[in-house]
Amino acid sequence: MSAARAMIRVVDLYKSFGKQQVLKGVTMEFTKGKITTIVGTSGCGKTVLLKHLNALLLPDRGQVFIDSVDITRLKQKDLYEMRGRFGVLFQGAALLDSMTVFDNVAFPLREKTTMAEAEIRKKADERLDQVGLEGMGHKYPAELSGGMRKRAGLARALVMDPEIVLFDEPTTGLDPVLATGIHQLIARTQQTFGFTGVVVSHTIPQVFEISDYVAILANGVIEEFKPTKEFQSSQNPVVQQFIQGQTEGPIQVL
Amino acid sequence: MFELLGQIGRFTLTQLAAMGKMFIFLLSALGLAFRRPAKIRLIIYHIKTFGVDSLSVVVLSGFFTGMVMGFQGYYSLRKFNAESWLGSATALSLLRELGPVLAAFMVTGRTGSAMAAELGTMRATEQIDALYSMAINPIKYLVSPRIIASLIAMPLLTAIFDVVGIYGAYLVGVGLLGVSSGSYFSGMESSVVFHDVYSGFIKAVSFGLIITWVCCYKGFHAPPMATGVSQATTESVVLSFVFILVWDYFLTSIML
Repeated sequence: MSAARAMIRVVDLYKSFGKQQVLKGVTMEFTKGKITTIVGTSGCGKTVLLKHLNALLLPDRGQVFIDSVDITRLKQKDLYEMRGRFGVLFQGAALLDSMTVFDNVAFPLREKTTMAEAEIRKKADERLDQVGLEGMGHKYPAELSGGMRKRAGLARALVMDPEIVLFDEPTTGLDPVLATGIHQLIARTQQTFGFTGVVVSHTIPQVFEISDYVAILANGVIEEFKPTKEFQSSQNPVVQQFIQGQTEGPIQVL
Repeated sequence: MFELLGQIGRFTLTQLAAMGKMFIFLLSALGLAFRRPAKIRLIIYHIKTFGVDSLSVVVLSGFFTGMVMGFQGYYSLRKFNAESWLGSATALSLLRELGPVLAAFMVTGRTGSAMAAELGTMRATEQIDALYSMAINPIKYLVSPRIIASLIAMPLLTAIFDVVGIYGAYLVGVGLLGVSSGSYFSGMESSVVFHDVYSGFIKAVSFGLIITWVCCYKGFHAPPMATGVSQATTESVVLSFVFILVWDYFLTSIML
């Protein structure tokens, strides 16, 4: 992987909460226009790592570069501008439950652009169609199923045409059929929009199908980071333990 | 010995840090409240939830407070053969003290706790993170409109509380206990001065600010879990009560 094509670079990232050290020197990069997946056991710090990529969390030590700009040192104003380049699909979709699905999708357009209401309507409807939620815009998030909420969250993440989209466990809590559906949706929208995708997941092996690169986070560091095919056949004991779901091995469980 | 000193020091430092964080939160919310674009629709929406939705509980509590004051005032004043001063006694204590404080207590219980729970849930379900990641400042979007709404709605609620209370005392004093209607209102007219009215309103405005500030802060920083939300809600109500009473003492002593 050449550095020129790296959209995001994470360098020697450390983060702890109280006495608990979560990230202990994470270094990796995310290639432009590709999907990179980070796998790892629950609670190993995948979401924490993801939240560093758009500076929702700031590291204790280390840097995060987006297009060679260190975002850990940005001023408040530049930080907001930088976040505008991201779309994020949160674990629970994080739709604002005081407004309808349509208003949720239209929300970033209304708040951050000067588009006319007619254009906003058109674009939000288009995104809802693309995730298969046509005609559902008038419902409130509480009235939707988990899968529909995820899709609505995806529509909102994509509505600003972001360069980078972060997916925080997009299929956790969904049945296998729906999980495949969401994976296909991610792959299809990635082909349509060409964004750089970062997926955090532990739904293996299904998530491998949409990933160009896979990294495994364990014990606070990236233990293995390879193109998907090579990752799957990796003899690294950490990878083997994770894929086979064993409790004995180099990953400390419990 | 040193261990004890260390503990005292640590405690003081964490408390100071928490107070500093609360003040920074207030200052940024106030600063953002007056920066464009103003969120007029959100402000109106929050005036409705803060003001209109608290109306019934404020009217009810104001009415009963007034009626109790009718009885108690009559009982005390009769000892000095001064029951004709019931109107002025009721009006002064309501306008200066009881109206702002009790209305603020009712609103804390009704709206303040709801604010803390709502923001706490938004924190737990990552909705606040979602706002950040959409490059929208959640303090400007969630807290500032509530603060402006409370500054507008709290004095109005207090005014309603005062008026309903005065008529509640009238009902008991004049209707049940036989104080003359004329002396009830003329006593009020001769003893209440404008200073009494506006000192009450200065209190009401500042209590409104305290409620939204404390409850939004507690909700905004709630630990992201169910117990965190309930804890934040409880703390927000208790802390609001304490702040209201302490600030009330301070204001009373300088405005007397």
